[in-house]
Amino acid sequence: MAKYGKNPRAIGGLVREAEVHRDVYVDPEIFDLEMEHLFPNSWIYVGHASQLAKAGDFITANVGRQPVVASRHTDGSIHLFYNRCPHKGVKIASEPCGNTGKFFRCPYHAWSFKTDGSLLAIPLKKGYEGTGFTDTQANNGLSRIKNVVVYRDFIFARLSETGVGFEDYFGESLSTIDNMVDRSPEGKLAVEAAPIRYMHTCNWKMLVENQTDTCHPMVAHESSAGTAIKVWQREQGDSKETPMAVQLYGPFMSPYEFYEQSGIRIWPNGHGHTGVANSIHSNYSDIEGYLGRMVAAYGEKRAHEILGEVRHNTVYFPNIMVKGAVQILRNFIPIAVDRTLVESWVYRLVGAPDKLYERALMYNRFINAPTSIVGHDDLEMYERAQEGLKTNGNQWVNLRRLYESGEEADVTAVINGTSERQMRNQFHAWAKFMTMDMVEPVEAAE
Amino acid sequence: MISEKTITDFVYREADLLDTMQWQAWLDLFHPEGRYWMPLEWQQQDPVLQPSLMYEDLLLMKVRIERLAGERTFSQKPKSRCHHLLQAPQIIACDPAAGIFKARTSFIYTETRGDTLERFSGWASHDLVQVGDGLKIKLKRIDLVNFDAPFGNIQLFM
Repeated sequence: MAKYGKNPRAIGGLVREAEVHRDVYVDPEIFDLEMEHLFPNSWIYVGHASQLAKAGDFITANVGRQPVVASRHTDGSIHLFYNRCPHKGVKIASEPCGNTGKFFRCPYHAWSFKTDGSLLAIPLKKGYEGTGFTDTQANNGLSRIKNVVVYRDFIFARLSETGVGFEDYFGESLSTIDNMVDRSPEGKLAVEAAPIRYMHTCNWKMLVENQTDTCHPMVAHESSAGTAIKVWQREQGDSKETPMAVQLYGPFMSPYEFYEQSGIRIWPNGHGHTGVANSIHSNYSDIEGYLGRMVAAYGEKRAHEILGEVRHNTVYFPNIMVKGAVQILRNFIPIAVDRTLVESWVYRLVGAPDKLYERALMYNRFINAPTSIVGHDDLEMYERAQEGLKTNGNQWVNLRRLYESGEEADVTAVINGTSERQMRNQFHAWAKFMTMDMVEPVEAAE
Repeated sequence: MISEKTITDFVYREADLLDTMQWQAWLDLFHPEGRYWMPLEWQQQDPVLQPSLMYEDLLLMKVRIERLAGERTFSQKPKSRCHHLLQAPQIIACDPAAGIFKARTSFIYTETRGDTLERFSGWASHDLVQVGDGLKIKLKRIDLVNFDAPFGNIQLFM
């Protein structure tokens, strides 16, 4: 029974000024509509250009539920296609990454395509002469996604042919990606390994909201970070240096006051970040040789400016989070209404000491792995919420913390770091991008 | 004298201590510099500059174990249990003169919590050293056959 399809008013009604209806997390119809509208209307992260270093290199990914393949063409350009042969629909690339040589060749009937997607050859070509084949979509080769932007090597795509342009969509939020890239003395990042993958039995938006939820770490992670601090205090003996591991876990136990003063910045279209003034990443030990290389590359003033910007989590709406200070990107890939695949990537800062990469890898396995005790704390909360939201006693999720009446949407603002405003910001964007291509979008209906 | 049987018995006992949740006795099997490693790549060589699922020293293993019993460890309410099914260990090295003792053991591991049950298959590699009359773990390495697949929570030790 369709309740929300072609009904932007009903979808808009799920998002109140500081509450959202539980259907956004538990209703399979809403999930299908997100895949049909929200994801195609938004700019979605596909991959990193360093994964496509040479001509013929390819990566596969999902944009929402749509399988895509990105390739590096012989002229150096990057192209993005739906991952299916125009003949019978067979996926032309099945591995996460690889090199296809000069062309893609479908393994079923050997149709082949140049790395820009155009049709190269079909066996027994004569059999198509006079059949009208040249008038079919198949004659154009692989179906191309036109709206692709490579921003400082980060590849984003928008599946909808029309919609908000890349610059308007992200605006000033790109400053977090800038800061992460600038942390390389050569201004360059490199993906050197596969991501850590972690399956979550919950709705994808719970993970996105949690990225700027600063009132949960000292509660939910008392079990992990709190225990790490306790064990270290007992076992440290006369060690002078706090181990890297304890430096990474410890700040999760920072008190509310810490998060209050560190601040949250929101941007239009649902983007925002925690850690404006400082963050849980601010007090890591210096790594020998790094500052010197940064100063040599950028000069004293600029180097300190780059390293002084220590943002915590930046949400790029709808479904990635970037940590510039530890060079991590988490991709919350929706699989089903109650199933989300989290892929956490680490970027190596080209030209920086190995120790920075070591620390980023360590952070990723401590926090983002299926074997991570911090991850266990969080997933337990998401799973309980996914179950709890099925109850009928109260059908609303409360996002009212530090809400002010008349709060403006789609603005840039810096606010108290324990505010739930970034979550409200995300849901405003959610309603907007869900309905913008429906007959009566939510803004117009209001 | 450390024999092949000493190594085999050690591997069985180690798994048994995990299955019976005798955490302190299990930790005592490790050398002070011992490590527990779960690589994330096929035949991975480097635990530091390549990603791993786990690469933990005694401090981190203690944190993990103390957390399991924590009053506010909600992911252990209800508690997890585990079961190791081991093939006979293959002795890779048993050289008392050189102090090198190594075994590789094929396993099926089950971890269960509440109504869910997850199974994993792989190989456990034990790199052991002699301390006094007995053996201690320098490195326990777990190579899962599907290390690159996305898993849900793995909360205990394989």
